[in-house]
Amino acid sequence: MNASFRISGAGRLNQAKTASFSFDGKSYLGTEGDTLASALLANGVHLVGRSFKYHRPRGFLSAGAEEPNALVQIVRDDARKTPNVRATVQELYDGLTANSQNRWPSLAFDVGAVNDIASPMFSAGFYYKTFMWPKSAWLNFYEPKIRSAAGLGVSPDRPDPDHYAARYAHCDVLVLGGGAAGIAAALAAAETGVRVILADEQAEFGGSLRFESGAKIEGENGFDWAQAAIAKLKALDNVRVLSRTTAFGYYAQNFVGLVERVSDHLKSPGRELARERLWQVRAKRVVLATGAIERHMVFANNDRPGIMLASAARAYLNHYGVAVGRNVGIYTANDSAYAAAIDLRKAGVNIAAIVDLRDNPSGPVIDEARGLGIEINFGRAVVSAGGKLRVSSMTVQPKNGGGERTIAVDAILMSAGWTPSVHLFSQSRGKVAFNEETRRFVPGAYAQDCMSVGACNGTDGLDATIDEAYAAGAQAARDAGGKDSSGKMGQGARPKVDGSESWSRGMLGAAPGAGPGTTVKAFVDFQNDVTAKDIRQAVHEGMHSIEHVKRFTTNGMATDQGKTSNMHGLAIAAETLGKPIPQVGLTTFRAPYTPVTFGSIVGHARGALFDPTRRTATHGWAAAQGAVFEDVGQWKRAWYFPKAGEDMHAAVNRECVTVRKAAGLFDASTLGKIEVVGPDAAKFMELLYTNPWEKLEPGRCRYGIMLREDGFIYDDGVVGRLAPDRFHVTTTTGGAPRVMHHMEDYLQTEFPHLNVWLTSITEQWAVIAVQGPSARKIIEPLVEGIDMSDEALPHMSVREGKICGVPTRLFRMSFTGERGFEVNVPADYGEAVWEALWAEGQKHGATAYGTETMHVLRAEKGYIIVGQDTDGTVTPNDAGLDWAVGKKKTDFVGIRGMMRADLVAKSRKQLVGLKTKDPKVVLEEGAQIVEDPKQSIPMKMIGHVTSSYWSENCGRSIALALVAGGRDRMGQTLYVPMPNGTIEVEVTGMVFVDEKGERLNG
Amino acid sequence: MAKAAAKTKAAGASASVERRPALAGRAVSAPGVKVEILPPAERISLRAPEASVPALSKALGVTLPATPKSSAAKGGRTALWLGPEEWLIIDETGNDPLADCAKISALHSAVGISHRNVAISVAGPAAAVTVNSGCPQDLSLEAFPVGAASRTILGKSEIVLLRTAADAFRVECWRSFSDYIFTLLSEAASDAAN
Repeated sequence: MNASFRISGAGRLNQAKTASFSFDGKSYLGTEGDTLASALLANGVHLVGRSFKYHRPRGFLSAGAEEPNALVQIVRDDARKTPNVRATVQELYDGLTANSQNRWPSLAFDVGAVNDIASPMFSAGFYYKTFMWPKSAWLNFYEPKIRSAAGLGVSPDRPDPDHYAARYAHCDVLVLGGGAAGIAAALAAAETGVRVILADEQAEFGGSLRFESGAKIEGENGFDWAQAAIAKLKALDNVRVLSRTTAFGYYAQNFVGLVERVSDHLKSPGRELARERLWQVRAKRVVLATGAIERHMVFANNDRPGIMLASAARAYLNHYGVAVGRNVGIYTANDSAYAAAIDLRKAGVNIAAIVDLRDNPSGPVIDEARGLGIEINFGRAVVSAGGKLRVSSMTVQPKNGGGERTIAVDAILMSAGWTPSVHLFSQSRGKVAFNEETRRFVPGAYAQDCMSVGACNGTDGLDATIDEAYAAGAQAARDAGGKDSSGKMGQGARPKVDGSESWSRGMLGAAPGAGPGTTVKAFVDFQNDVTAKDIRQAVHEGMHSIEHVKRFTTNGMATDQGKTSNMHGLAIAAETLGKPIPQVGLTTFRAPYTPVTFGSIVGHARGALFDPTRRTATHGWAAAQGAVFEDVGQWKRAWYFPKAGEDMHAAVNRECVTVRKAAGLFDASTLGKIEVVGPDAAKFMELLYTNPWEKLEPGRCRYGIMLREDGFIYDDGVVGRLAPDRFHVTTTTGGAPRVMHHMEDYLQTEFPHLNVWLTSITEQWAVIAVQGPSARKIIEPLVEGIDMSDEALPHMSVREGKICGVPTRLFRMSFTGERGFEVNVPADYGEAVWEALWAEGQKHGATAYGTETMHVLRAEKGYIIVGQDTDGTVTPNDAGLDWAVGKKKTDFVGIRGMMRADLVAKSRKQLVGLKTKDPKVVLEEGAQIVEDPKQSIPMKMIGHVTSSYWSENCGRSIALALVAGGRDRMGQTLYVPMPNGTIEVEVTGMVFVDEKGERLNG
Repeated sequence: MAKAAAKTKAAGASASVERRPALAGRAVSAPGVKVEILPPAERISLRAPEASVPALSKALGVTLPATPKSSAAKGGRTALWLGPEEWLIIDETGNDPLADCAKISALHSAVGISHRNVAISVAGPAAAVTVNSGCPQDLSLEAFPVGAASRTILGKSEIVLLRTAADAFRVECWRSFSDYIFTLLSEAASDAAN
């Protein structure tokens, strides 16, 4: 396919270097350095998409990031189909495949375009008004239908094979925007030696110098000067230059989020390259040099393909060497469009006519255009565009009415003026101010340490821009603490401007022919299909705040965030309201400036790096034994150890029986462990736990309960006193971090006078529980220096010594009701000691058991699990743990809370045991309990099941439950209504095995 | 307090089971940076009021630093300031600092955490960038000079970061987080030279 709109000799690309690509299945030839937009335009393709609501044919409006129309799907492979890519920023690579969106069956014939004909139905607020009744239809009918009809493009349906990098960076001066202003600011800051980051969203720096043929700096064409300046900056150690990098969010304290597109422009990026890189930059000073965006004219059918911003046509011509048409019309309200006409005319393109709304403008560009023989019509308006899939004509009329004249064109270039890009400034919480003279919002009061320079600050003209930017760069460097080593900071190398283009004011709002009382489709917001009429209708229907108008019409709410539409929408609303613009106000700018991929936000945090996976020292051994693991917080814990042919039920039954008959080994390493050390350690323990500690002898252990200030159980665990000033505290697995914080919080804020310190030792020690009648026989042969007799090492005691030649803290304790030990060894020895214990255990018929068996065995003994049998509303008394509250104690965290009237009331729910009448029925945890199953629904629920298991040791099911007044109901029959019938249960004590506790020494 | 601590000294002469450090020997090289697991070291968490600092410094053979974000090193032993009254002592010569602290009576808390932490070396011209992939601190030499130390984060895990040379860091994390930290650093390393 011949790229027939490429003009030989025009632009900066090497036209000999071609790249092939396809759009909607058709092959084209582009040039290296093209964007998808410029490559399509070179082939005469303007029609690239269908609009969101009316499915109107659309072409390119812009040549940059503000593009509302030309959204395409880029397809690399089955897994990489990126929707909503702006063709104006997608760089071309050889083999690029793109498809249009939001059309069916084809772009040229789209069934959805019936919406355009039916558009009177779809006016502003249509969705709010239409899909209200009946209410029930919303969820099942309207919402799914609207959702499937809405949206642009198709989401990829496979996992993203690309990877995304992330980086934090700090600098003294962050310059956002790499046009003339940004480069000048960066040069000034860089020469002081401070750390500078300069970022621009384009592949090449230069900003509007890309198309401003009249700009001359340092005797060079502006764009060439920019490239030389960037090369100079890149060579400096203190400067980082980031191209293809969009600053999308400006957050508190000069924290700026940027996304760098690393490989989307490459034909076949290597696996080593990330697709994108997220930069999170903290800058001492920020210089905003974000430029300005040209506005379109609001007139009937201003969305036809071939109608675009004048500056865009200049960029396509002066940079890419592409003419956007052969017979071009111009519709403008300011000077800058004349430059487009002049550039195109000089490149050999016919300019059908310039239509200028202004009455008698004058200036060098107007003279030059006239000199080139271009027809100029002042005081006239384009009231309508002809053509459908491509503009074919413009209808011109004197702006105050009169005879119409239709001029044949194949493109219309428009300019209503320039809107300063204050997005990032506004995101920084700065307040914009309306300049009455120039009719634009510019940065007003600053909220952060930043400055705006150039067009985004409302500064016109290249000379004034460079002046301002260079001074600001130097000032920012000084403010950031840069040293003026040369003594002439900010004076030396200010770039000299030799040629500049003038900027002039334009107009805001609807142009003649689209004003009040008209019903034409004059688009304000192209991406959301909002017309001037819609804005006026919103005001007429009572939306008087610009925030309401925005939401009612969706003006500015599309992915382009209203870059071209906000000011027009505001002006039309203000006019309709009869108020001045500043009184109506501007809507808030929010991050992101342009769409950001989920991938770049997620970065490395996916797959194995989504969240840390914590494994204990014996994980490898357990995995090799075929253990099934369960997630407990971030930990992987062995759940059960099935033998060949065993299901979970069979494995757990076997493990449970074996532990009570012989012994079992269990990895308890994940339990939280805190070493409490200092002369006031016991005092501190007295204050944090309900139990008394002062009199606990070194070498002994105690089961401790920790409350919150409100008197409810917060955590529990066995605590061993190693020395008068040293406690080894254990917590629940899930509670480890928060218990540590809770203790540290109280230590620092309530008890700072105590000489005691807390150290987490959770990961210092691997913990191997050996439980069962043979436990001692298994451990004894491996232990040195500890007398393991019942007299020397009674239940609830702790000794330090050696096991398998390595240090141990050996606890005699039990969470099974059997004779039990917990062997603590330094973590790196955990697996080897486990293997030694396992080998001994084999001689005695021991089993390895997992968390499920641990749960069953403790439930058989009525030992609670905080967080399962308690839920943050359970007191020690509720849980039957009054014995663990020091009766003589006068102070501990929660003591006053525990005395509250509600917490001592008789009717509180208390923890009890439940036995089903049918021993084979296992209750469901969480099931509700009632007194009378025959009462009408809703029944009065008096409690719920907290723990429930099949107990092979008991030969029946067992359960724990919280039941109102439960301890007074022993022997009572209660009922658990379930979907399949009501289950009868008997209230019992909580201990189902060895009620006297004889097995602890058995 | 000293007595109990002394008892947990490293194993004596009797035959002991083998030590299996987490991720032992793992290393990844990328352009400009190498990430590798460092050998085990002796470590204590040391807490003490200001008055005890001279005695502890003497016992440990290294002056405990008093400035935030700093460390002091002598003879293979490094003291990292982690917070007010808090230091991490790392000994790479096999001499247990717990035993040294046990000898003095000045008020302090010394807790053995040799096995709690795993150390990872990140070294090479792209080391700082690699760490900055998940650590938000300013790692320029001005802000984080050689010897600077900080308890901070890397991705979703806490780490202690020590700059051992202009282009080298020691990353300390808890044992069960070491796989996550090592994997994250490895992935970051592959992007760091770009």
